[in-house]
Amino acid sequence: MKRPSLGAILFGLIPFAAICLPVSVWDRIDPRVFGLPFNFFWLISWLVLTPLCMWGAYHIIETGRRPSPLRQNKEFVP
Amino acid sequence: MSESLAALIVISAIVGVGGFVGLYAGTRHKMDMEQWIVAGRGFGVIFVWLLMAGEVYTTFTFLGASGWAYSRGGPVFYILAYQPLIYVVSFYVLPQMWEAGKRFRLQTQADFFRVRYGSKSLEAFVALVGVVFLIPYLQLQVTGLGLIVEVASFGGIRRTPAMVISFAIVAAFVFTSGVRGAAWVSVLKDFLLLFAALFVGFAIPYHYFGGIGPMFTALIRAKPQHLVMPGATNNLGHAWFVSTVIMTALAFFMWPQYVGACFTARSGDTIRRNAVIMPLYSITMPLMFVVGFTALLVVPGLADSNLALLTIVRKTFPPWFLGIIGGAGALTAMVPAAVQLLTASTLFIKNFCSPIFAPSMTDIQVARAARATVLGIAALALGFAIYSDTTLVALLLLGYAGVVQLFPGVVFGLYSRRVTAGGIFAAMAAGIAVVAFLVLTKRDPFMGFNAGFLGLCVNLVIVAVARLLTSARPTVFDEPAQAQSA
Repeated sequence: MKRPSLGAILFGLIPFAAICLPVSVWDRIDPRVFGLPFNFFWLISWLVLTPLCMWGAYHIIETGRRPSPLRQNKEFVP
Repeated sequence: MSESLAALIVISAIVGVGGFVGLYAGTRHKMDMEQWIVAGRGFGVIFVWLLMAGEVYTTFTFLGASGWAYSRGGPVFYILAYQPLIYVVSFYVLPQMWEAGKRFRLQTQADFFRVRYGSKSLEAFVALVGVVFLIPYLQLQVTGLGLIVEVASFGGIRRTPAMVISFAIVAAFVFTSGVRGAAWVSVLKDFLLLFAALFVGFAIPYHYFGGIGPMFTALIRAKPQHLVMPGATNNLGHAWFVSTVIMTALAFFMWPQYVGACFTARSGDTIRRNAVIMPLYSITMPLMFVVGFTALLVVPGLADSNLALLTIVRKTFPPWFLGIIGGAGALTAMVPAAVQLLTASTLFIKNFCSPIFAPSMTDIQVARAARATVLGIAALALGFAIYSDTTLVALLLLGYAGVVQLFPGVVFGLYSRRVTAGGIFAAMAAGIAVVAFLVLTKRDPFMGFNAGFLGLCVNLVIVAVARLLTSARPTVFDEPAQAQSA
């Protein structure tokens, strides 16, 4: 099947990188944000930032699928 | 006694309404196999969302998240970390899986393996892996439900009758309404749980400390190491965190019941849009942690950390409110259990028994046998829950580590022309063997890394070697679409 484009995949790698790579940096209590320990705040903020990244990936896939300016509302056939 | 009566009435009312909605949901549709297992592939964004949210938030989320915050501290953050990432993975896998499902009329994950790899042995193996790991998951729901109802009714309903009654309801609405029943009960469950989590998460720390911030200040003063990894444990550090988060993110949508949920969607785009917005729903999860952390300060020293949330709610609120929590908790067990039951029965009959023992079975016979098997598997899980002890969390962790071994077979199956049934089978079997060895001999985490992650590494190495030895060949997905439409 058609693979997602590199750009669409890069958007998805952002949340993975932000959560997994700097774990020894963000796993700390100070500075507290809104009274929350920093590690807790960091992970909560990615619940909101991940949909933003994936909206970017969605946008790339959508535009890639549009063959002409007159967008036809047809099911995508592999 | 009047305390227990108030809570008991509320719990019974919620479970009763849930059961009625579930039974009613299927009455307007003729229940053939397509309707029963994938709801005729007609769900739009909202229903797919409700069904997925309904399935993803299980009793483990409800009791386990607060319990881990209470007993382990910092390592609980892994649950929060993997939540958004499972949807990232689903964004790149499920829409394509849905397309394959639509085109080849797939109803289960094992169907995908049969069609893609052209192998009935692989199909039966994948189905068996699914059933074997689903049963402990189901047992976990039953046990959690018994615990919730018993505590929330102040002991007014004992554990065993609670489990038997609610599982009879679940089996009944799965039998009659299939996945539609689960989706409709989800509507009630999601609203109740959202309300309960928001209210409890803010009210409890406010009641005892004047807010979430002051509660954390008190906790940091009392136990400065509790909130960072490894918290109250000695082996759940950063290597464990990263390997577990990656393993869980890849494993999640390999659970056969979530693949089934994906097939209920009306279009691949429904699934894709759903994957974009789903992480926002996890916003209730941190509130469960907050309740667990508050409980550590207010009711320390509980023998069973799974009871942290219920104990502090019982201490803080009037009995009728505990009834709402109990009812929401019961539905939180019933919805995922319904879909697990549906999936396990279908895998067992359609993809394991039928190809091996009765290849001549017609679709109608398969559907009838699968529906009957629902009752058998429900009784089996109930029996395990009543008569066995508490090693099931270990079995569930083994389950995640086990189902992640299906990941290469699914992803390379969708996107690569260089994988074959033999290579995938060898890699999967080796991955499961590594996991089973490490977990059953109590070597998990091994050298700081999650066992499922290490099994997946072995699995991927074998797939990579097999790919080098295989030349690219056209797959079923390369055939023109119209040839398959019949």
